[in-house]
Amino acid sequence: MRLEARFRWLPTPFRSVLLFVVWLLLNNSVSPGHLLLAAFFAITIPWITFPFRDPQPLIVKPGLAFRHLMLVLYDIVTANLQVALLILGPTKKLRPGFVKVPLDLSHEMPITILASTVSLTPGTVSAEVYPIPESLEEGEVIEQRYLLIHVLDLADEQALISTIKQRYEAPLKEIFRC
Amino acid sequence: MLDTVFLIVYAMIAISLLLNLWRLIVGPSVPDRILALDTMFINTIALIILYGMSMGTGLYFEAALLIAMLGFVSTVAVCKYLLRGDIIE
Amino acid sequence: MSEWIVSILLLIGGCFILIGSIGLVKMPDFFMRLHGPTKATTLGMASLLIAAMVYFSYTNEGVSVKEILISIFLLITAPISGYMLIKSAIHHKLRAKDGTKGLDNIEED
Repeated sequence: MRLEARFRWLPTPFRSVLLFVVWLLLNNSVSPGHLLLAAFFAITIPWITFPFRDPQPLIVKPGLAFRHLMLVLYDIVTANLQVALLILGPTKKLRPGFVKVPLDLSHEMPITILASTVSLTPGTVSAEVYPIPESLEEGEVIEQRYLLIHVLDLADEQALISTIKQRYEAPLKEIFRC
Repeated sequence: MLDTVFLIVYAMIAISLLLNLWRLIVGPSVPDRILALDTMFINTIALIILYGMSMGTGLYFEAALLIAMLGFVSTVAVCKYLLRGDIIE
Repeated sequence: MSEWIVSILLLIGGCFILIGSIGLVKMPDFFMRLHGPTKATTLGMASLLIAAMVYFSYTNEGVSVKEILISIFLLITAPISGYMLIKSAIHHKLRAKDGTKGLDNIEED
């Protein structure tokens, strides 16, 4: 896991790239003036706002991150078709349930990304991270975190947990190396 | 052909807005109503984008973006209020 | 040709938005209602905005890609508002449908 970026003046490289792209998209142009302005914003805004936040782990493997993003997008489309069929089908046949998934990740950023992917993919919505951060004492060390998810149609609990762990959590662990 | 498709999609979004309104009125709990309101926000964005397309101007894009942000922030603020009795502690 | 693409994408988007709202009305308890709007409506919006992108790219000269910003924004924010909603629902102790499995996994806050 790496918390410090390589260059001091570019503390969060991927957020800078995101800002650059968003500025160009908002103006819908690639004229030299906008490129210059976008570069200016992409460097100064993270530089000013970096001290406001706790340090978060940086992406170590950009290639794998991109592949994982594509996989998640593909899963979103297929999962939505499944959920649409479940919604249109008979309601009485659905078997809703709450499942607790043990997490190997330990930092806030990867956990947030995992919870968001779980919310957008197959029939699951992430509900809570245990232990609840607000209820912790100052400086208390957490041994094992859990993610509580609500499942629309729960067939096999163990299979679902292992799918989430292998398909979504393992790549994230490798991307952030934590 | 596109005009017919526009009409059909207008009808679809209007029906879903009515369904959301029904959930907003019936409830039964407060989170249900917030969820209905949040979905209404998203459907309104869809309606605005569609209107911009059928009028042939891209000017409504900024309005849609603003409504998306307002909807998200207001949903989170109301949920936070329900959770803690306070928005900023 | 692009007219066909726009029409198909628009119809898919409209269908998904409608399905999301049907899920909102039809499901028996709050936790199940949440699934429709967070997933189906978001995908419907993404498909509708891609349609808008294609449409503006061929009516006005030049590529128009700014519509993708709203899709990205919705994709990022939909899970977060869903999370806040389900958290407040658990806090208010809303009753889940009878026969929901694993209710003892919920801890008190």
